Amino acid sequence: MAAITLTVNGSSRQVEAEADTPLLYVLRNDLELNGPRFGCGLGQCGSCTVLVEGQPTRSCITEVGAVAGRSITTLEGLGTPDRLHALQRAFIAEQAAQCGYCANGMIMAAKALLDSHPEPSEPEIRDALASYLCRCGTHNRIVAAVQRAVREG
Amino acid sequence: MNAITRRGFASGLLLSFAFAPALAQQTTPVAPRRLPGSLNTNRRLDAWLHIGADGRVTVCTGKVEIGQGAVTALMQIAAEELDILPGRITMVSGDTALTPDEGVTSGSQSMEMGGTALRFAAAEARAILLEKAAARLGAPAAHLRVQDGMVSAPNGNGVSYWALAEAGLLRREATASVRPKPPAEHTIVGQPLPRLDIPAKVTGQAIYVQDMRLPGMLFGRVVRPPSYAAQLLGVDLDSVRKLPGVVAVVRDGRFLGVVAQREEQAVKARLALAAAARWSLPSALPVQADLHAHLKTLKHDTTTSSEKQAEAAPVAQRLQASFTKHYLAHASIGPSCAVAQYAADSASLHVWSHTQGVFPLRGDMAKVLGLPLDKLRVTHVQGSGCYGHNGADDVALDAALLARAVPGKPVKLQWMRDDEFTWEPYNPAMVMEVSAGLSAEGRIVDWQYDVFSQGHNNRPGNPARGINLMPAWHLEQPHTPPYPRATPQPAGAGDRNAVPLYDFPNQKVLHHLIPEMVLRTSALRTLGAYGNVFAIESFMDELAEAAGQDPVAFRLEHLRDPRGRAVVEAAARLANWQPGTRGDGSHGRGFGFAKYKGLSCYVACVVDIEVDRATGGIRVARAFAAADAGQVINPDGLRNQIDGGIVQAISWTLKEAVRFTPERVTSQDWDSYPILTFPEVPQVQTVLLNQPDQPPLGSGEASQGPAGAAIANALKHATGLRLRALPYTPDRVKAALERS
Repeated sequence: MAAITLTVNGSSRQVEAEADTPLLYVLRNDLELNGPRFGCGLGQCGSCTVLVEGQPTRSCITEVGAVAGRSITTLEGLGTPDRLHALQRAFIAEQAAQCGYCANGMIMAAKALLDSHPEPSEPEIRDALASYLCRCGTHNRIVAAVQRAVREG
Repeated sequence: MNAITRRGFASGLLLSFAFAPALAQQTTPVAPRRLPGSLNTNRRLDAWLHIGADGRVTVCTGKVEIGQGAVTALMQIAAEELDILPGRITMVSGDTALTPDEGVTSGSQSMEMGGTALRFAAAEARAILLEKAAARLGAPAAHLRVQDGMVSAPNGNGVSYWALAEAGLLRREATASVRPKPPAEHTIVGQPLPRLDIPAKVTGQAIYVQDMRLPGMLFGRVVRPPSYAAQLLGVDLDSVRKLPGVVAVVRDGRFLGVVAQREEQAVKARLALAAAARWSLPSALPVQADLHAHLKTLKHDTTTSSEKQAEAAPVAQRLQASFTKHYLAHASIGPSCAVAQYAADSASLHVWSHTQGVFPLRGDMAKVLGLPLDKLRVTHVQGSGCYGHNGADDVALDAALLARAVPGKPVKLQWMRDDEFTWEPYNPAMVMEVSAGLSAEGRIVDWQYDVFSQGHNNRPGNPARGINLMPAWHLEQPHTPPYPRATPQPAGAGDRNAVPLYDFPNQKVLHHLIPEMVLRTSALRTLGAYGNVFAIESFMDELAEAAGQDPVAFRLEHLRDPRGRAVVEAAARLANWQPGTRGDGSHGRGFGFAKYKGLSCYVACVVDIEVDRATGGIRVARAFAAADAGQVINPDGLRNQIDGGIVQAISWTLKEAVRFTPERVTSQDWDSYPILTFPEVPQVQTVLLNQPDQPPLGSGEASQGPAGAAIANALKHATGLRLRALPYTPDRVKAALERS
């Protein structure tokens, strides 16, 4: 095990882990963050998405050693129940979840999209979310929530 | 609800009121009067409700939140009848130590059974409180008004529920003698109240069982055989025990698992254990291309789902066809997970699970583990959407089998993606054969239908007959599952919705239940209804064409049920259905209709599709739906269910089939079991036909059948191709177009 320093949601955090540990497990188990979720461990579904230097990144296939010192943002870093981010507020307003397990990836991918394209069209939103899987069939509400966040900022 | 869930994580949920459901059942008279909904089997008022002196109300429900908003809707019902604001309510759901036993949260029964029980229990509790208030205020109960728990008399004097609350107030048997409010007076029921759980889910609060962290918690993983029939020839456990962080390696028969300090250590140890095991891998499965022919050769138990005979015009023209579907996976986004903790003396066990039925799971687990029922507590904590019987129950036993090796320590175990895909109990493959006779006037005068299917309901809950927990089948002393039995009509299982709602003078519907477990199967949303509605509604279009009639008009010709007719007409109106339009070779629209289970929610669906003839790819461009779910409790929640069901059914219809070779299941990840993605999801427009004076009906399974059938009919309309075999993947559509 090695001491690895991470910058998570603006804070410097030190963890003891093997360098090849998936970032997801460090975030969830060492730093007790719940936003990124284990869905496939294969980088296919997007549930584990975090932002690394602003880029949406699948934390289940990212080794923690590879992101030491880089800026990592999780769902918790966007906002809290008392101080919601515009996207979180919009997801609640649109009731854009059934089971909600995929919501983390949807919101983080949308955050990255809006940071680079502040006013995406509906097809652009769908394309940006194409590799994020939802099984409950809540896709249209998720798209509507992203559109609402664009509108209401 | 979040607060109590988190408190439950930390300290074990403690509530401050007496509760004894087992005792309540023992004191029930021999032949008690039938009470509404789940009140009939949980007859004590204090099993459902607690009025606190602190202005809080605790509502206990045996139903659980599986991502469909049921617990929010149940809270609305209780708030409505008690005349309190929903914010006063703490919901406690699904805990063998705390809540009523309402069996399984399934079959779209949460509103019908759990909601009805709460409605009557809360109405009666309100009446009890008003009676006390009347004595206190010196005014007749009938003259009192209640606003958010404050009772006031005409003279202006008042007293609150919280001042009236006292221990034992509701310690009595329910009578269901107090009539719930008439719907016209509802102010909370019928409103789109926001879901209780969504803020936590979009901000990363601990809400799923996957988020549980208990002091000293260890991490487990299991190593499954490579196939159902594989036998363990040998395994080197010692090499795995030496790995970093490994606390225990468990072998019991061909059940293998590891416990480690850290999660990634458990994952690595799992891989090492898998590599250290040698298995036989016999060819025990059929060739997938021959699956449906194979199924028909298997022994089957036949029951008659419907039979009627009447005078009718002679048959002038007979059509027959055979329809097929493959195994479907629940494919939950989050693999199943559980936490289990034995007491240090190994005498008792606490399990946290996203099971749909805490009591049935406890019964099966207690038998496998040799624990008395009162030494095993199962607490529901939410998980990823399950859509039926996925790996939730199995992983709870997995976790317990590993926790048994480390008494006193909690063990969290989340399945890996391939565990879920290859071991979950699938929705069965089915064969639907139908033959119908048209009269010279173009009316259906005879209908013969046969459905062949494995069992759709192999959940835990019959420990006396067998154990429906897969890990138990792999133990040194293996348990076996119960012999599958047909579920009686009208609900049915493999024959769910096999009996059409249409009026045919002569009909015979036979259900052929295949007991052999070719692939492991159990309940997935709709059970057999998706396959049966696909077949029936496809064939209705074939018959309409043979009769020279418009599909919608033809359905109405055969449909007397007024609510069914209204839904069909509403969907046609919403989509601006025009009789006589022709597809252009690549664009078309189709219609599908069903009343779920023959006794629940009505849905009619219209879809517009585009077919790429070069690739065989189908895109659903738009979908329209009309739904009658009786009294609407939460219109936004209802829309979410209807629309979500349509999207899920589009995915089933266009993309999904569990793949396997003669050796093993090969759908192991999202590449080998693809589902619908954002660019492929159409806009859905839904109209709700509210029936305030009718009972509320579950809606989570109502739209899938009609949506799938509508796609089948749209493909025919667009291209002239009647494709009777699901799924409509591009390769299969292209090949069929080339053949036609």
